This record gives sequence, structure tokens and C-alpha cells, in this order.
Amino acid sequence: MARVTELLVNGSTRRIDADPDRTLLSVLRDDLDLTGTKFGCGEGQCAACTVLVDGVATRSCLTRVGTVAGKRITTIEGLAAAGALHPVQQAFLDHDAMQCGYCTPGMILGAVSLLGRNPNPSDAEIVSGMNGHICRCGTYPRVVAAIREAARKGGRA
Amino acid sequence: MITRRDFFAMVGGGIVVLIAEDDLLAQETGGRLRGRNTMPEEVSAWLHVGENGAVTGYTGKVEIGQNARTSLTLAIAEELRAPVASVTMVMGDTALTPFDQGTVGSQTTPRMWPQMRRAAAEAREMLLDLAAKKWSVDRLSLKIAEGRVSAGERSAGFGELTRGEKLTRTIPANVALTPAAEWKVAGTSLRKLNGREIVTGAHKYPYDATRPGMLWAKVLYPAQFGATLRSLDSAAAGAMPGVKVVHDGDFVAVAAPAPEVAEKALAALKAEWNPVTVEVDSRNVYDYFKRNARDAATNPALVPYHIAYIAHVPLEPRAAVAEWRDGKLAVWTGTQRPFGVRGELAQYFGIGEEDVHVIMPDMGSGYGGKHQGDAALEAARIAKALGKPVKRNWTRQEEMTWAYFRPGGLIEVAGTTAPDGTVTGWEFHNYNSGPSGLVSPYAFSSRKEEYHGVRSPLRQGSYRGLAATANHFVRESYMDELAHSIGMDPLAFRLKNAKEERLRNVIVAAAGKFGWKGRKKTPGHGFGIAAGFEKGSYVATCAEVSVDPASGATKVLRAVIAFECGAIVNPDHLRNQVEGAVAQGIGGALFEQIDFAAGRITNNRLARYRVPRFADMPVIESVLLDRKDIPSAGAGETPIVGIAPAIGNAIFDAAGKRIRRMPLQA
Repeated sequence: MARVTELLVNGSTRRIDADPDRTLLSVLRDDLDLTGTKFGCGEGQCAACTVLVDGVATRSCLTRVGTVAGKRITTIEGLAAAGALHPVQQAFLDHDAMQCGYCTPGMILGAVSLLGRNPNPSDAEIVSGMNGHICRCGTYPRVVAAIREAARKGGRA
Repeated sequence: MITRRDFFAMVGGGIVVLIAEDDLLAQETGGRLRGRNTMPEEVSAWLHVGENGAVTGYTGKVEIGQNARTSLTLAIAEELRAPVASVTMVMGDTALTPFDQGTVGSQTTPRMWPQMRRAAAEAREMLLDLAAKKWSVDRLSLKIAEGRVSAGERSAGFGELTRGEKLTRTIPANVALTPAAEWKVAGTSLRKLNGREIVTGAHKYPYDATRPGMLWAKVLYPAQFGATLRSLDSAAAGAMPGVKVVHDGDFVAVAAPAPEVAEKALAALKAEWNPVTVEVDSRNVYDYFKRNARDAATNPALVPYHIAYIAHVPLEPRAAVAEWRDGKLAVWTGTQRPFGVRGELAQYFGIGEEDVHVIMPDMGSGYGGKHQGDAALEAARIAKALGKPVKRNWTRQEEMTWAYFRPGGLIEVAGTTAPDGTVTGWEFHNYNSGPSGLVSPYAFSSRKEEYHGVRSPLRQGSYRGLAATANHFVRESYMDELAHSIGMDPLAFRLKNAKEERLRNVIVAAAGKFGWKGRKKTPGHGFGIAAGFEKGSYVATCAEVSVDPASGATKVLRAVIAFECGAIVNPDHLRNQVEGAVAQGIGGALFEQIDFAAGRITNNRLARYRVPRFADMPVIESVLLDRKDIPSAGAGETPIVGIAPAIGNAIFDAAGKRIRRMPLQA
């Protein structure tokens, strides 16, 4: 398979030169220095590596970069357009919905994706929609509260 | 050792307050060092007010999610009367901050927090001195607030007062502090200070650190713990473009300019290991503990409880970048003990500690699991061998195999109670899991509480709360057994034996909020309570569970925790810690355990090792008791100790079954 030479990331075309079998996570972090996307487990269990691919939350550690060429990729660095925080980012800040914060970028993108398909989720829908994300510090109730508030304020943005 | 001149060269002009190790200096000087103008040998913290008014606190403590960066900022802002936004904390950098034992044992709040306050209080006095001199006014006529000193019409910012100055003052750590009842900034819910960097992905964690020209390294680990290398064929790996192989005894590593190349090189190594015969596994380890303990107990009335080994699973695995330059080593790594890692590295390479610089960016949690410098040492060895900076990021499987674990343990307990609920006899033996929290906070008139060390079959170490979790689990489960043996309500039984006021207060507060007395039994539902004390703080936890009668599957529906750790430093961050500890503790209580056999971990990935998730969360409510008359204690650990026994007792209440193991799986 041909090498991947372009990636559409955060609204701009980035030149890369990557084996198509490499993970999207590695290309984002190691080639493009977009380190807001986190490595947590490499097995698709923790969702710290979540990015949006065409608006849908995707585990970048299990995604081969060859499969996303030409698709719109949004990382946490691309969410705050022109410095203004996305409502989900703001809600995480307002609720202090983090401790160490390592899971937070993935959580936020998972929540943006959830609100994209369900703008007004119930708490049960937030829990089931976010259940693939691990916060080892145990801030889950705060994350639910933050997403609830972002939804109330029209978190689709 | 940093000299006064070095220090000002580093920070620019202004004023500096150095806090000497309190005990040490107080003993040596009788507390008469005030005003000394040289650097003391033992400094535990320092504080700088720059010529631009910027305030910087320096501490060897680190930020790992417990929000020490925020709480220490509150300490300085409070005593210095400075705006929070003017304060910065420099933490955990061995070249910039004073020596520190480590961010361990919930010590930042009881030890470092008051020291930062003292430094700030002394800086406040220095600023008042400067203003009084500058304006030739009576010091008592001065006011200090919001980063300014004023006298009538005249007013100056801190930067105007410190401009052109190079003043240092070393103080014994006994300056007067603002009483908690008068706090204006401390005691408020300041949000996480670098939250914006976190929600935008801008913060660089240790896993994200890079150096120009660095290589990515992978280490070849043995097939079993303790196995030695019989043969190695690295020809195929070494022939890959850009790949370097490092082979030093049983240590084998590969490095390459790109991470995926290093991974392929690792896979191309052909190694044979001398097999090791290991008989201890995660099933028979409890017999092993008893057989191999010195002075094992013999009382036939003792009831055994089993505590599984568990993994910390910090979401950020261990990571390090190492760079050698002119025989000096710099390492960026995630650790709770940057100075401990500095010592490890200096000792390993036979160089002075002054030639090792450890930098610890705020990291992706630790929970007691990142005390050692494993990744740092690997990176430094490979970097030294190859003459290039080296990055060594552990995978999840490596983290869950080659780090250390919370100790497993065998705990045996026996007790007797009078018909009125007074515990009349208590015997408690902990094998291997540890002595923390061994001694009951209840007023037992007769007691025997012993810890028996055993050589652990797995590498083990600290974990949030240490053995206090295991010891509380067993003690509070057995208290329940005793209460039921005489048909007494578990709450009343605890209050009968709890004599300490602070312990009683949390029990009453948790039971009150939970509605213990009005609880309604329904089939398959149960209620449990547990209480305890550790590291200067008190906790009581109530839980409501449902137990599926067919499968025995347990769901925690509601948890109420009452917590008291003296004067509250930051109410919302305390709540975050307390409730987060309950959430994390549900894992150890219900499903976390490390399985091992034949010298291997058999469930070293998240697909096979279940940690708590959103759907496992009960409704969690917390009651925070604010004791402004009691010095603040830490809160990172103790809130975790009550949830497992509360759940276990609730399972007994629901299903009539006493599960004497953690995790609570029949």
C-alpha cells in the first residue's frame, strides 16, 4: 500500500510521510507533535487517544493512518477555534472535571461526539455514551455534570 | 548546593525567603536565625518576590492530579496578600527546587503547605519593612492587600517595593500564621490552575517530552520474572535502517529514530531465556504468606481474609527522556520522587547527584505507583550507550508487569464482644500487605495487632493509602461480624466502641446524610457502614448495594462519605479527592486483582483487568467536616479506606453472605 503523504488535521492539510499501517495516534503525536492526544493503553480500552474522524469519536490507537487519509480529523488542539473554548471544554473547566487531566482531552472529544449525535442526552445516555473512557482518578460524576451543562448550553457549537 | 549569588542569577532581583527544615533548624539555633543572610544547608522551600511583582514558590513536591499546585498557590496568596494570578509554583525540578523526600504519604498539606505559608508570611513582613523604610512611615500604619502596600494616599505594588533589592531572609519555620478562621483566600474553591492547558491539550506530560535528535527505545524483558538471558540473536534487528542494539548482560534494548521502527526491531530480536520454576501463583499465595511468615499466629479462632495484589494503572504509563551532555545527565520523567530518582541515577552511574538533573512535568497520576525511576534508568542507560538523547515510554502491558503492585496479603482476625457491644478482645495479624492502619481507632481494652513481613513473590510497593485499605477492610468487616453475632445494629456497635470525638463525628455525619436509621430493607438490597482513621484524617463511609440473587453480581447504588482532615484548604478540590477516592476504591473493592502464575502476570492489559468506569459509579455524596481549630492534614489517601468494607457489609446485609476477600468476589 502506498505511503500516506497528506492528512487533513484541524482544518489544514498536513504533509506527512507515513507507512499506512502506523497508528493514527503515533502519526499525530510523533510526526505532527499533536501530543494532546494521549496514549493510555494501546488496546482501545481507555479512550484517552480519542479524536474525531469526520465528527465521530474514534480510538486513534486502533486506527491505521492509511484508513483516514482524506477524512477530517479533529484533535483536542483543534477544538478551541481561534482561542475561544468549545462549550464542552469550558464546562470541564467550570466543573473542575479532572484531577491529573490525562484522560481529559479524550473525554472532551468523546463528549463532543456524543452531543453531536444526541444534543440533549439523559444522564443514563451520558453514562452509556462515555463508558468507554477511563478516568483513573475517578472524576466520572463531575464529567457527567460537565457534559450535562454543556448540553444545556448547546454543546454542539 | 545553590549559593545566594547563584540564586539571584537564576531569578533576578527582588526578595527571597528561605524556609529551613523546621525541626533541624529549630534544634540547631534555638530559633534565632531570623534575618540570617546566607543560604542554609537544609532548605525545604523558598519563595521569591520579583522586581515585577511576580511571586514564585519553589518546592520539590510534584503535581500528579492531587492539585498541590493549586493548594500551595492558595497558601502563598493567603499569607502574602497577593492575587492568586500573581503566584506561580515551580515544582519537582531538582535543579530549581529544594530537596524533598517525595510527594508521598499525604504529606504535602500537613508539611509543605504550612511551610509555604510561613515563607509567604515572612515575605509579607519584608515588604512592609521595605515600604516603611521607603516612605519613612510607621510600619503599623501600613496596609497590605491584593498585591499592594499602602499608607494613606501612598500605594505601591510588590514589584515597586522589591525593585533594585537583593534581599534574602532565612527563617526558622515558626513565624506567625493567619488562623484558619480568618482565612480569606485559603479555604476557598480555587479551580485547578493549569486547567486551561489541560482542556486544550497544551500541557506537556512526561509521556509527551522530546529532545532534539532523540531516539525511541524499547527494552526486551524476560519471559518470566527473574529469568536470565541464555542467548540473543540481534542480527536482524541490528540490520534495520537506523536501529541500534544495546546489550549489557541481561539488559537488551533497541533504539531507532522513529517509534514504529524501534517496535519492529524489538519484535525482530531472537532471545532465549533460562526458565525459572515458580510455584507461587495468585491462588496459592495466601498459603505461601502464612507458611513463610515469621511468628505466624496460632490462635485457632482466627478468621482468614484474603487481599489480592492490584495494579495502580495510572492512565499515563511510566515515561522518560534522558540526555547526556559532558558527563552530566538530564532526565524528564514522571515520578513522585524526583530527588529519589536523581539519587538512583547518580548511584547507578557512579556520578555525583549534582550531575543529575531530574525534571518532573505535572504527570498523569501516580497513586503511590511512581516512586522509582525505572523508565528514567532505562532511558539513561541506552542514551549513555548510544551517545544520543533517548525516549523510553512504557506500554500499558509493561506498566502492568514491570512496575510494582499494591501488596497482596493474608489477614487473620478474631475478637470477642460483650452482650452490650463492647469489644472485649481483639487479635489481628497482617501478613505481607503492610502495617499502615493496623491499629484500630476503636477503644479496645485488650488488643494484639501484628504485622508479619513476608518476601513477596511479586515486586510490590506503595499504593494510595498503603495497607490501610486492606486493614480497614478486614477490621470493619469483622466489626460487622461481631455486631451481627450479638444482633446489634452495625452503627450502634461502632459508636459503642468509638471513643475519639473526631471518629464519632464522621460516623454520625455519614450515617445522618445516608439516612441509616430510616433505611428500608428490600429483597436483594443491603446497607453497610465502615469507619476509620489514617494519616491525620477521619473517614466514615456508607454504601447501598443491590445483589443479583442468581449471579451474585453486585452493583453499588449509593455511597455517602464523611471526611474530616482539619481545616479545609480548598473545599471543591477536597470534594474531588474524597469522591474520586470512593470511585477508585470501588475497583479494588469489587473487581481489581492481578493474576499471576509461573512468573508471569496473566492479566496485564485493560481488556483483562477491569477498572471502574462510568457505569460502575453509584450516586456519591460527601460530607466535609471543616475543623478550623485543627491543622490541615492530607486527603489524597484516607478517603479510599472505607468504601470496600462498606460495600462488603452491604453485601452481607443484602445476601447474608460474608465475603472474606478483596475484591469482594465469592
